[in-house]
Amino acid sequence: MKPMPFDYARAKDVPDALAALADADAGARVMAGGQSLVPMLNLRLATFPRVVDISKIAELRERSESADAVTLGACVTHGEIEDGEAPEPAAGLMRHVAAGIAYRAVRNRGTIGGSASLADASADWVTTLLALGARFIGRGPDGEREIAAPDMFLGPYFTAMTDQELLVRIVVPKTSRDATWGYYKVTRRSGEYGLSIGAVILDPAREHASVVLGAASRTPLACTAAAAALRGAPRWTEALETALRTAIAEDLARAERPFEPHEAIMVETTILRAAAQALGVS
Amino acid sequence: MKVSFTLNGDPITADVEPRTSLADLVRGEHRCTSVHLGCEHGVCGACTVLIDGKIARSCITLAVSLDGAMVTTLEGLADDALMARLREAFRTHHGLQCGYCTPGMLITAHDLIRRKGALAEAELRQGLAGNICRCTGYAGIVAAVAAAMDEHETTKSAASIAAE
Ligand SMILES: Cc1cc2nc3c(=O)[nH]c(=O)nc-3n(C[C@H](O)[C@H](O)[C@H](O)COP(=O)(O)OP(=O)(O)OC[C@H]3O[C@@H](n4cnc5c(N)ncnc54)[C@H](O)[C@@H]3O)c2cc1C
Ligand code: FES
Ligand code: FES
Repeated sequence: MKPMPFDYARAKDVPDALAALADADAGARVMAGGQSLVPMLNLRLATFPRVVDISKIAELRERSESADAVTLGACVTHGEIEDGEAPEPAAGLMRHVAAGIAYRAVRNRGTIGGSASLADASADWVTTLLALGARFIGRGPDGEREIAAPDMFLGPYFTAMTDQELLVRIVVPKTSRDATWGYYKVTRRSGEYGLSIGAVILDPAREHASVVLGAASRTPLACTAAAAALRGAPRWTEALETALRTAIAEDLARAERPFEPHEAIMVETTILRAAAQALGVS
Repeated sequence: MKVSFTLNGDPITADVEPRTSLADLVRGEHRCTSVHLGCEHGVCGACTVLIDGKIARSCITLAVSLDGAMVTTLEGLADDALMARLREAFRTHHGLQCGYCTPGMLITAHDLIRRKGALAEAELRQGLAGNICRCTGYAGIVAAVAAAMDEHETTKSAASIAAE
């Protein structure tokens, strides 16, 4: 289908884009890679009077690295992360995740900031950035503010950012060198949004473990009991698996809705496989 | 709204509505009929083209956003050696029936071979997963791309031996 008519403007910098968003009545919407926005327009699921293209703003394309974090401009593409054209904070996890999003033709244009702003509950970056404890830097009429990952994703297509704010960059803390991870995504066809995503990061040097279940409910679920069971576990054992199953059941009981029996098996398996991968079992 | 970019090597300027997709512009106004539209929301891959050398969905790319870009459709790769090899392999291995998915398959396979070189079948299938074919059942397509990939790798290594 063809979209309804709209105006188009290309923002030259962040102030330019913020000026376009400032007038709430004008109904302007920013476009990064357009890989979710244009399908929505084409399907007439959404109509906006004005589209403001932010994909060429130099500041949003920047990436940098400090001793303890990697900072990615909102308009860094999935493809650039896949190709290692951005610093990697987490022992290859981000490159791995990027390479599994959609298809190469979509990854070449779709951006990490666009994914985070859209906040589809099934999006790979939403789950991954929560597991990594990322921080989101928004800029609006009142200047910049930082939003921690657990406060960012409030519901499906619903973030803590306002319509007058632009997500400018994402700060991802670095894991220590010997950290390991597991990432398991259930799809019917490779490249689709996940039906269930398990992300596990084990960082023994920092006595840290995080486990996130994505895609299965309205927002990603931080599985704190499973993380506690995995913290300090040196390797995969039967006893660990039993403890994990109990912990996962505890975590799933906190989900926003009860799972159907077949879903419960799927999400449990997703987390178990990601955990096993993080402990070197493939 | 005016936009200028190069299309298959030729500079073009178009006056389009902002809602016009790249696919509609190059197909409708510039006779690049290799650009097929299947789904118009990024899922099927039939409309795949190159933008600044990288593959992209032309159905979910706004033409007005491409000022200064370099766009290449399958027509623009008519004289490309690897593409000639792929066309031949699709013929030999029965890589098409109705041909609707074929331009997108060819451009995607061309990109995959250039970026990745030799691939095992599972990875090759993964690389083609974003292109839907409603006819062949994929076996012929995978065989064709694998054959072109092998030939390309052999020529590459022969060329590097000759260069030594
Ligand atoms: C066929 C297909 C398959 C896909 N499969 C997957 C998948 O498996 N996993 C997955 O995670 N994703 C998938 N996607 C989505 C893809 O990753 C998109 O790139 C992503 O969701 C949106 O990024 P974008 O840069 O294209 O954003 P856009 O489409 O440009 O924008 C999306 C929304 O975010 C807003 N926005 C964008 N940038 C900003 C910003 N900096 N500040 C504030 N608001 C902003 C826009 O206004 C819009 O509302 C798929 C897409 C397609 C077409
Ligand atoms: S028509 Fe563009 S992906 Fe289907
Ligand atoms: S040959 Fe008909 S869709 Fe692929």
